[in-house]
Amino acid sequence: MTYLLLFLEFLKIGAFTFGGGYAMIPFILETVEKNGWMTTQELVDFIAVSESTPGAFAVNISTYVGSEVAGFFGAVVSTLGLILPAFVLILIIARFYNKYKESVIVSGCLMGLKSTVVGLILATLVSISIEVFFANGFSVAVFSTKEFYLSLFVFLISVFLLLYKKLSPIIIIGLSAGLGIIFGYTGLITV
Amino acid sequence: MKRKLKLLLSLFLTFMKIGVVTFGGGYAMIPIIERETAQKHKWIQESDLINVVAISESTPGPIAICAATFIGYEVAGFFGAFFATVGVVLPSFVIIFVISLFLRQFEELKIIKYAFFGIRAGVLALIVKAVISMFKQSPKNIVAYIIMALSFVLVTFFSTNVLVIILSSAVVGLCATLIARKRGKTL
Repeated sequence: MTYLLLFLEFLKIGAFTFGGGYAMIPFILETVEKNGWMTTQELVDFIAVSESTPGAFAVNISTYVGSEVAGFFGAVVSTLGLILPAFVLILIIARFYNKYKESVIVSGCLMGLKSTVVGLILATLVSISIEVFFANGFSVAVFSTKEFYLSLFVFLISVFLLLYKKLSPIIIIGLSAGLGIIFGYTGLITV
Repeated sequence: MKRKLKLLLSLFLTFMKIGVVTFGGGYAMIPIIERETAQKHKWIQESDLINVVAISESTPGPIAICAATFIGYEVAGFFGAFFATVGVVLPSFVIIFVISLFLRQFEELKIIKYAFFGIRAGVLALIVKAVISMFKQSPKNIVAYIIMALSFVLVTFFSTNVLVIILSSAVVGLCATLIARKRGKTL
């Protein structure tokens, strides 16, 4: 019964969360609290863990809650429930995409959607920049911390290698992780 | 038959690779997907990627899942979609499952914290790349520019619900296209 409940609850989360990522947190919080699966504090702790592991936040939290509540198979059914709605819906869309992509209705909607994508990513760029450079709020003091300049250094070198040297994004991730580890063990940063 | 199996395996492994290196949410993975699926394997055209992102945005579920399912289906039908999606989910599933067994120790790991100091700044660079790629592939007309600017301003300064913005953009795009067509023009 627990398996079914996990599956259905995460199915619901997967079906109703647009925009992905953190937009879904309030909904997830409500679900896990209602069922007594996790406390708010545990969820907040887990957000930090999810940020330090690969993968979509929603997938990560479904796996984690499932595992905590009902072990390995709990993790399997929860994750399955979460991805099923998107999987089915996208299958249907992909099935008809090539046939209708030239039609006025679809291409008209796509014109608007493709434009908003640019604006939305730009908005994300701004909010993540603030998180990276001004995690503790805007103040002049930020400009006298080593952390600020080291972040800026990693960012600029990554942009250079990515845009001008055309290096693979995978190498960029590895390199920036390596730089962070070097900064840490040489005592340049305190985290 | 053998070629099909090889293709499915290639889809599975490629999306697994994408799943391993995707930090910092959906947008940061756009350059990775672009590199792996459009430039390297030529499964989709680079100009199609923005359509994939646009469709993922307007359907529920994480972008990673939507993109994997869509590209997998385009390349090799239902089983393509299946293997690409399983591939993209598997790495985070395994990692989180293992972590759930000893969460407290993981949170304390110094090396992870240091690595993420760097990764956060690196991810920012990936998002810059995502903005540039998506802008290059976006429609170039006055309506499109207005939608871009308005979406950005509404989300950044007014915390408008993203779903509202996505729905209105589709409606505005459709209306603008219909009006232009009625006047016998293209946007």
